[in-house]
Amino acid sequence: SSDEHKLNFRKSKEACLSYIQDALLQKQWKRAAEFLTCYVESLEKDYSREHIGPSEVIWRIGTEIFYHSQSSMKEFNYFMEQMKTLGVKRYLKVCLEHIFHLLCNGQIDEAYQNLSLAESWRFGEQTAVQDKEMKLIQAYRGLLDYYSWSKQKNILLEHGEDGFSDLAVEQEMHGYFRKAAVNLKEIIKIPGVWDIFVKCYVDLLEFYGDHNEAHQVLNEYAYNSKFPANPNAHVYLYQFLKRQGESKKTLISALKILHDIVPSHELMIDFNTMLQKSKKRKKRRMGLEVIFAALDYAGWKENAKAWSCLARQVKQIVISGKHLDWIKQEWSSRKDWWPAFHFSRYLAKRNWQENKSLSYEKALVAGILLGKDCKYFKYVSHQGCKAQLKRFRMLKKFVNRHNPAYLRISG
Amino acid sequence: MGGAAGGCLLRPGPALLTAGPGGGGRGPARPLGVGRCSVSAGDVAPAAPRPGPAELPGPSTHAGVSGNHFVFNLSLSLSGLSGKKRLLRAFSHCRDFNERCPQCSEVNWGLTDGGRFYCRSCHNVTERSREVVNTDFITNSRVQTISKGSRKQEKNDGGCEWYICEGFQLVLKKQVEALEALGVCPQMKDEILCNFWRCYLQKSKQAYCKRPAGETVKALSVCESSTDVDSDPERPSLLHLLSLSESEGDLQTDCSFVSSVSKVSESTSVCSGSVDGSLYLMKNQKEKLRMTMPMTLSFCYMALLWVREPITLSELLRFVVEGHIPYLNVFQHFPENMRLCGLDLKIFCVESWPVYEEVFNKMHELAAFLDLPRFPDITESCFLHPDMLCMKYLMEANLPDELHNWTCRVVKKTGIGEVDFLTLMPGNKSTRKVKYDVLAAAVIIVVLKLLFLLDDHYEWLLSGFAEERNKNNTEGGPYFEFKKWYEVVKHSLDVEQKKLDEERAKYLWRCEKPLFYSVKNKSKVLKRRQMVVNLQNQFGKLSGSVQRAEKPNPSSFQLRWSEENTDGSCFHGHSLKGILQEKHGLLTAMNPDYWLCTVKLCNEKLCGHLAHYREVEFPQSYHFVLGLFSFLLRIQPSYIHDEVCMIEHKLFNKKLSKKLKYNRVLRK
Repeated sequence: SSDEHKLNFRKSKEACLSYIQDALLQKQWKRAAEFLTCYVESLEKDYSREHIGPSEVIWRIGTEIFYHSQSSMKEFNYFMEQMKTLGVKRYLKVCLEHIFHLLCNGQIDEAYQNLSLAESWRFGEQTAVQDKEMKLIQAYRGLLDYYSWSKQKNILLEHGEDGFSDLAVEQEMHGYFRKAAVNLKEIIKIPGVWDIFVKCYVDLLEFYGDHNEAHQVLNEYAYNSKFPANPNAHVYLYQFLKRQGESKKTLISALKILHDIVPSHELMIDFNTMLQKSKKRKKRRMGLEVIFAALDYAGWKENAKAWSCLARQVKQIVISGKHLDWIKQEWSSRKDWWPAFHFSRYLAKRNWQENKSLSYEKALVAGILLGKDCKYFKYVSHQGCKAQLKRFRMLKKFVNRHNPAYLRISG
Repeated sequence: MGGAAGGCLLRPGPALLTAGPGGGGRGPARPLGVGRCSVSAGDVAPAAPRPGPAELPGPSTHAGVSGNHFVFNLSLSLSGLSGKKRLLRAFSHCRDFNERCPQCSEVNWGLTDGGRFYCRSCHNVTERSREVVNTDFITNSRVQTISKGSRKQEKNDGGCEWYICEGFQLVLKKQVEALEALGVCPQMKDEILCNFWRCYLQKSKQAYCKRPAGETVKALSVCESSTDVDSDPERPSLLHLLSLSESEGDLQTDCSFVSSVSKVSESTSVCSGSVDGSLYLMKNQKEKLRMTMPMTLSFCYMALLWVREPITLSELLRFVVEGHIPYLNVFQHFPENMRLCGLDLKIFCVESWPVYEEVFNKMHELAAFLDLPRFPDITESCFLHPDMLCMKYLMEANLPDELHNWTCRVVKKTGIGEVDFLTLMPGNKSTRKVKYDVLAAAVIIVVLKLLFLLDDHYEWLLSGFAEERNKNNTEGGPYFEFKKWYEVVKHSLDVEQKKLDEERAKYLWRCEKPLFYSVKNKSKVLKRRQMVVNLQNQFGKLSGSVQRAEKPNPSSFQLRWSEENTDGSCFHGHSLKGILQEKHGLLTAMNPDYWLCTVKLCNEKLCGHLAHYREVEFPQSYHFVLGLFSFLLRIQPSYIHDEVCMIEHKLFNKKLSKKLKYNRVLRK
């Protein structure tokens, strides 16, 4: 049992590591650095084949401490160079981390230099094993090339306004395009979430008029089942299609998938607007579903635009007298929680104080869904009348007149 | 019972053992007369004559300068001479016999029983006999070494040949010098430890004896054979070396030994910087008591005990951990050309703190192995006597001086203060080995149990009474309040424990001179070392503390309480009135009860413990007190608990045998 309590190198370093972790959790960077100073000794005994050995621990924790400490980039670069020599197995990961740090500090040129260096790294089998990281390195270099391209483009556009063109700058710009395009194209072939790369690549393609390629890239990114589900992929596709002036039908089908993945997405307003305008009943009905679903989310609670969409459609249905069952169906699953969620007296008071038009739209919806006696409607219409606002008086009249609709919905 | 007078001597001063140049620091700070007896030549005799005057350079060497100082000689003469010769010269002062054989012109001499040199290549016996050198050595000297005149004195890498025992000798030298600097008596080194060591070398057949022929040669051949022989024509071939061996019958075993070694570590060549490193580790040396790093501390402790220095084992080990005595990385003090590599690392590279039990047990094994006689008596005036140590620990635990009367009574009643109980008699298996420090701590705990019961109830009750009395009482010393004491000590203990835990986590294990297993990975190791230093500098800057805290001055006391502090945190002068009552002119405890830690003791020899300590089964107060002493002695609470049980059983022996069938609570 004395062995159990015997302090040896390993136990001492384990204890040291747990002190470091405690300090990190409490954001005591100096204290963490102090213990790390003692922990680095474990490098000298790093024969372990464990998944995460001391050298990896030192790299990860050391980077974190540097990130939170007031130290010069020179010191950090020196640290990173040492970490690179320490582990060939994660060489490119360390390079990437270093590059992010440089980018965060606005050192674009240094970052580019490091990317080029990392790209030319060769270390026997290790180079092949770290193939994915290499692709990332190349992609980020592509990204920085895109950045340069974009800068040149802006210079040209400015000069263009003066009716003056510079052939050399243009040539340089095209050079950047080629370098960027090659690397960006590569990375987005691999399944993954590559939003930034895709956006830049599409931007390049569009600038040079290659809309087919751009469309294909975005389609692939959005619909290839090997890629992880990614709402942004559909957003980018929708935005592209919109820029291209594609038909409503195409736009709607793009947004339909987005609605399935993220019913609370901000594009649901556009979606609802499009659907409401549709001549097909089915689509109009879907529009109602979409706006109801969006308002299930707290993020939309005080969005006047969303409420006006709902109010408009509800009003339309009530006036026409047709399809009240649509509302009834949507309402049935919400009537036990929406009143507390949206239509409390407290919210009525606050909405009235903060945003009159929001409270108007909401009151209309509340009046129809819950009847003229509901707290929200009563408070807002009362306040509106008191303030002698015409549209609130109209609102009161409208709700009173259509009280039977409420009865049909709730019944 | 002498509590007050003794207490003065042991007040926590700046350092009980001040580190001064030489013995200079041993003046006023030292508790004169406590525990240290004067060491005369007569006292130390056992180390020399034990093995018999004919075998050791006994009494004559004892008087001679060179014999006494061989510890020095070794390191001073390291450069230039080959390891074997050095050793030989140091031990025996004999001259080399380097002449070529007139018959075959080899230099490969052995000694006949008649003391004459004979050539082991052609078996030609010369007229030369050892009488020329020293008759004492005819039968005992390491004859083999004479024949190694042809061996190269320096290896190719600039390192010299050296033996493991030389390494340990250097370690011991460094350690004893550090002890000297801490203030132990200067004779300890040359007269005590040196003789113990010589005795060990002889008993373990490493020197002063007839060696099993060819042993070292074989070790060497093993070493050589594992490297690429062909590439180095300068080196003698394996076959050539084996032919030097006299007992070729052992060849088989040696070969299997080589293969087993290479299985252990295939990636690195099994080699050692020392000549006999591999042999040292591989050979079954059960009968020899192989030297290890913890055993160097056993040697030190044994010498300290012999001269009855006022240092306990727990203190010695604490000084080691605090870096006052070389232990970890001690190899960095080896001379430049004494290269360590391969298996030497396994022997000299330490990666854990020394453990009390291990050093303690090895010391007793060693004393028995060396056939040492009964150690000098531990009498009442010795520091290691429980009455003395109790005084020290009472003070360190911030307990009232008055308790010393009670510890003395317990010591007397149980007989653990008897000279025969306390004095070490090597090899006597019938007596229990005494851990002086643990014993004293246990006595204090028993006294606390006697007076306060420590059942998580009675001690608080008494504390309440004392508090009431202190409110009304303004004259004289205050009554001892257990609660206040607990709060004060607990706070300090927590702070110190936290500090210690952090120190353990921050402990730096490596030194500037890194070791490498083989020359192959030397550059890699050096690079790593450089990187570690760089990173340490970088994060040192980030932490804002580049300077590492300097090691504390060595002190016997870890917790300090001063009566000069007016915050009332010192309880030394507090009175036990209220806890005691007078009966027939004798003070007895108010507390009539006592609980035993265990009714039946275990067999220590069979299960390793007298008792078994499980925290949850005992009162919190008891656990706290154990924890306090566990911190002070830096040993596990269970070891103190064992000792408490032992004392209890001695104390209540009569009642126990009568009342065993009743419950655990005994009436006094």
